[in-house]
Order: sequence, then C-alpha cells, then structure tokens
Amino acid sequence: MGSRSEDKIEDITKKISQSLQGLSIEISTKEEIVTVNVKPENLVEVAKKLKDMGFDHVKSVTAIDFPEQKELEVIYHVSSLGDLDLAKVIVTLKTRVTSDDPRIPSLVEIWPSSKYPEREEHEMLGLVFEGHPELERLLLPEDYEGPPPLRKEFKVRTEGIQG
Amino acid sequence: MVCGMNGVTLIGNLEESARKAVQWLVNKTPIRSIRDWGIAFSLWPVHFTTACCGAEFAATSAPRFDVERMGFLPFVAPRQTNLMLIEGTLTRKMAKAAVWVYEQMPDPKFVMAMGACAIDGGIFWNSYNIVRPKDILPVEIYIPGCPPRPEAVARAIIMLQKRIREGKAVGLKV
Amino acid sequence: MSEERTMELLIGPQHPSSGHMRLYAEVDGDIVVRLKPNIGYVHRTVEKLAETKKYIQIIPLVERPSLADAANHNLGYVLALEKLLGIEAPPRAQYLRTILAEMNRIHSHFYGLGIHGIMLGSSTIFMWGFADREIMIEMAQRLTGARLTYSYIIPGGVRRDLPQGFEEEMEKALRYIERRLKDYGKLFLRNPVTRARLEGVGVLRKEDAIKLGIVGPNLRASGVPYDVRKVQPYCAYPELEFDVAVREEGDSMARVLVRVEEIRQSMRIIRQALKQIPDGPILSENYLKMIPPKWKEFMETKGRVKFPAIMANLRPPKGEAISRVEAARGELVYYIISDGTTSPYRFRMVTPSFRNVVLFEHLIRECRVADIPAIYGSMDYFPPEADR
Repeated sequence: MGSRSEDKIEDITKKISQSLQGLSIEISTKEEIVTVNVKPENLVEVAKKLKDMGFDHVKSVTAIDFPEQKELEVIYHVSSLGDLDLAKVIVTLKTRVTSDDPRIPSLVEIWPSSKYPEREEHEMLGLVFEGHPELERLLLPEDYEGPPPLRKEFKVRTEGIQG
Repeated sequence: MVCGMNGVTLIGNLEESARKAVQWLVNKTPIRSIRDWGIAFSLWPVHFTTACCGAEFAATSAPRFDVERMGFLPFVAPRQTNLMLIEGTLTRKMAKAAVWVYEQMPDPKFVMAMGACAIDGGIFWNSYNIVRPKDILPVEIYIPGCPPRPEAVARAIIMLQKRIREGKAVGLKV
Repeated sequence: MSEERTMELLIGPQHPSSGHMRLYAEVDGDIVVRLKPNIGYVHRTVEKLAETKKYIQIIPLVERPSLADAANHNLGYVLALEKLLGIEAPPRAQYLRTILAEMNRIHSHFYGLGIHGIMLGSSTIFMWGFADREIMIEMAQRLTGARLTYSYIIPGGVRRDLPQGFEEEMEKALRYIERRLKDYGKLFLRNPVTRARLEGVGVLRKEDAIKLGIVGPNLRASGVPYDVRKVQPYCAYPELEFDVAVREEGDSMARVLVRVEEIRQSMRIIRQALKQIPDGPILSENYLKMIPPKWKEFMETKGRVKFPAIMANLRPPKGEAISRVEAARGELVYYIISDGTTSPYRFRMVTPSFRNVVLFEHLIRECRVADIPAIYGSMDYFPPEADR
C-alpha cells in the first residue's frame, strides 16, 4: 500500500464527509472505513446520496441487540464494485431503533442487493423493514415458534463453568 | 376351505399357509446365504449429501478410494436404492425430508450415520436447529470423524456387509 | 383459459448434486416461467453459537460451513481477529498463509468442475476432477496434517513450518496438473455437446451483476475485474505478480472458463511464493516471548508451534473490526464486535454463496427445464456455505 493510494482514500473520505454534513449525527474515519451515524428518518436520503457518489452495492446488513438500552442497532456496509478506486473504501451506515417497535424503512429500491440480507435480519432479530417486497422466513423452518434467535434473551445451552 | 388330494384333506387358509411355507423355505441356509450375499454386494446409497461430510462421501466414490468395486453405486432415485447414509448435521427442516426419503425406499433397507454431527451433534451440539438421527431413524453403524477419512467410510461398508451376511442387521428383520 | 397453463415443479431437497435446497419452478410445457429458491435446509446457526464460544474455539466453527474451501474462511476470521488484537504476523507466516490459500483455491475449483460435470451428465469429468483434486489435498496434508479441515492459521502466525522436500514435490505436482488441464480442454471445454449446453445459456449482463451485488468468478465472467486480492491486498499478495481472469460474455461457458484460468494463475502464485519465501519465525513476537525456553527448543527442532497459555483466554479490547478476503467462490466479509470478554458480542459472516442466491431468480427464467442443472452448476453454489 503506497502513499498514493492512501492519499486517494483520504480524498474520498473527505468528499463523503462534506456531502453528508447536516444529515448525520456523527462521521468518523479510520484507515479505509468511514462510519456514518444517522437517525432513521434521514436514512433513505443519505443512502440516495451515497448511491449517486458511486457506491453501488450493500455487502451486509447487521443488526445488534442492546438489551439494557432497549435498542436495536442496524448497520449497512456499503461499497463499490464498478469503480475500483471507491472499492477500497467501506462506508458503515449505522442507525438505531427501539426494540419494542423495531420498524425501519427498507433500502431495497435504492440497493437491490440488500434484499436477502434484510430478510435474514428480519427473522433473526424481529426487525420489520417497511417497503420490502417479500418479508418472510428465509432460513428457519416454517413451524418455528419462539422469540427471534439472535436476541440476547434467547439463550442456548453451554457447558462448563461460566466466569 | 377344504381340498382333497389322494385321500388327504387339507383344512385351513391356503394363502396364509402358502406364505408360511415360502418363508420357511427362504430362511433355510443355502437360499438365505445366497440372498444375503446378493444384498451385501449391491448396496446402493441414495444421494443424500447433507452437509460438509458430503465432500468426503463424494471423494469416496472417486478414483483414489473407489468403493464401487464393492458394489456401492450412488444412485439418484430413492425407489431404487437400499442404503441411506446420513452425512453430517441434520437440521429440522431436513429431518422431515429424510423421513420421507426413508419411507420411499423398498425393504430391506439400512441406515448409516457418518460424521460426528450425526452421532451426537458434533461441534454444533448446542444449536437450536438440529436433530439427532438416532431419534428418528434406525441407525446401524456410526462412523466417527470430522470429517471421517474415506478409508473409514470404506471400512464401515465392509463392516455392514459382514453384519448382513451374518444375519445380524436391523434392516433385515422385516 | 390461460390461467391454468403453468404447472409447479418441486425440485426437492434431495437431489443428485451438491447439497440441499429446494427450487419451486413454474413450468409451462418445457419452458420455465419463474423459479423461486427455498434455502435453509442446512442452517446450523454459526452466528449464534459463536457468541457462546471463546475466540480460539471459533476457528473450527468457522471452517465447517464451507468445507471445500476451509483455509480462506480461516484466514478471513484470523485477519479480523488480528485487527482487534492489534498484532501482525511475521513475513514468513504471511507467505505460508498465501501458499495454503492458493492450494485451497485449486482444489475447490476442481470440486466445482466435478460437480458441474455430473450435473450435466458427464461422469468422466466427475471422476477426473476428484482424482486431480487429491493431488492438492495430499500436498496440503504434507504441510498441515489434515485432509480438509486444516485449522492451520492462528492469530499471530501459523502452526507448522514447511517440511523437508516440499518444494520439489510441489513442482512435480504442479507440472502434473498443467498436463491434465490440456486433457480437460480436449474432453470437456471444447466438446460440441458441452458447448451446445453451456454457450448462450444464463447470460448475466454487467449492469445487473453490479446492481445485484454478485461476487466471485460469476462477476468476473461478466466483465467486471473486481478481485479483493488486487483491490485491497492482504498477506503476501502485494509482492506477488498475477493476472485477474476476466471474460466478457457472461454465459455459463464463460464462468467455467474463468475458473479454469484461475487454477493456472494460482499455480503461478504458488511457484513465486515458494521462491521468494523469507526466513524467520512463524509466530509473532508478542506470543513467542510468552513461551518457556524448553518448549522454544522443541519448536526450533521440530518446526511446530506450542500454544502459549494466553490463547485459551484471548480478551481483545473493546471495538469492532471488518476484514475481507477472496475465497474460491467470491468475496467473504467478517464483522466482529468485541466487548472485552472472551466471546464476541456479535459475529457476522457474509459468505459468497449467500450473496449469489439472488442469481437463481434472476438467471433461470425463460429457459428450458434442462438448462436448470447447467446454470446451477456453473454458479458453483454451495448450500452449507449460504445457510451457515
């Protein structure tokens, strides 16, 4: 990794920070990862701006359960496949919703590659993505009853001494 | 019904007694050992490559370890096979399909469990989505390993052949 | 009158090819109108179980979803863990990791070719593919001791050093595979039957591939030269020379040809790495100083690593880390969030086969029923990897 590619990454991260000013709560950079914290209301607009800049696909959708604060955090990792300079940078888009009413707008019209990951997080954590065309079970069996598996209240058996 | 023949009268159900006579004849030693020899050397497994152990099962039929010389030919349709080899982890969704496939196979049929996950869960023992094969199917031989080497699978087939020829296999008692 | 023209065909979970998944096909005569995949038959909940195990116990757990390609999965996880811990492996260990990853790529592509052959009906290619794969598995067994599940890469380095005579045997093995690839060309790739079944079938255009987020050889066969080893190099790749295999047509034949070309490029990388490998330790200095001197002597003479006691209780500081590697089927992303204890707080693993599931709906449309195995095999989809 030479100094020219490091300069390119810095230029790109500066451009992202400038164009998303005002729409986000916080932006931070660490090497090649840009973290953007937004409120759920501004999520769709920020996504459209990133898409216009050239970030054209979603790598993964992750959702995390924080039971003490009763919140679910949803994280989108976005990058580029067509433009090989932008492909070095991963933009992390974070937002939080409450776990009693976990509804969040879906980004399927902007990024069609988020269709299957959103379905998986819906069944694993109970998130409801509004506007998703096919929100149904993906990996769990059809007759599965019980709480969403990846929440912290769902415990699996462990062995030995827990310390 | 009554039928007479040269002065001897037979009373009773003809079909029932004919069936009993045939069973007695087939279980006499020369015919039974030929029948068991035939079954032992033409064990055709159904293609049930469940999970990771399926890669080692495919390698067992491959040229280096070649179990086809023992009569072991993986075949496609369940209705023409007589061995089911559960390789790897059996999840809840797949357990229903496994029981359907087992019921479609004709008698006499045998089941072998391959890999640590089929014995008692393996590395996924505490997962909420898996089923132990011994709870739903009558398993005869267990092959340990994660994944077992193809030589171990070949050894298990030889063990099953020996069990069939001695008449101890569970699948033979119809 | 045209409401009941289509019939639903269930290509069920037990089918004569790799792994379990169900395809709901709506068929009108011999033409497939629509296809919907139903996955989840091999879902083994790796992400939830990783929250109950310690960091070093997750290494075998992470290798099992994709058994044909275990070293690349192992490598991705350890790279993410090293970013959290803040340590780096020495140069000799980086080269050894690269050599194992490329060997794994070769035998995983032979597996894909073999399974594709038997889906098309050519059991000769199945036998040839699996026989040639055994050569690379035997070489990997000389290096690590296991056939498929190596668990060779640990945070800080690797577990064993090169044995005696490895370079000469590897040279013989690579020459044998080069001769065999010519036979594959004559029998399978230029065969008129194969060309009639694969050319022009299942065409994936460049814009659709980028829009749907497809990765791996499927993407490179549609004209997009994206390879993580060139975009963001890791391990020893910055110092090695190789080309990225790209084709423009985007049909099933292009996908098969890209994989065969990648086998050749992997052989080139292994030759260069074995010539350029530097001398030195194979475990990082942070861990070497924690091992008592008597075991250090054992390590020098036998070339094997004894684990320091801290590996059983690794506690990375609070934070998060992302890593990506180029596995044989595409790009693999790991995302770990740690909260200072011995197990991760959230573990996310996105495999290339999961990102390629959308190709079932997109490609298998308006084609004949006999094209379903041709397209399915050319995608190199591995169901345990997609379901994790």
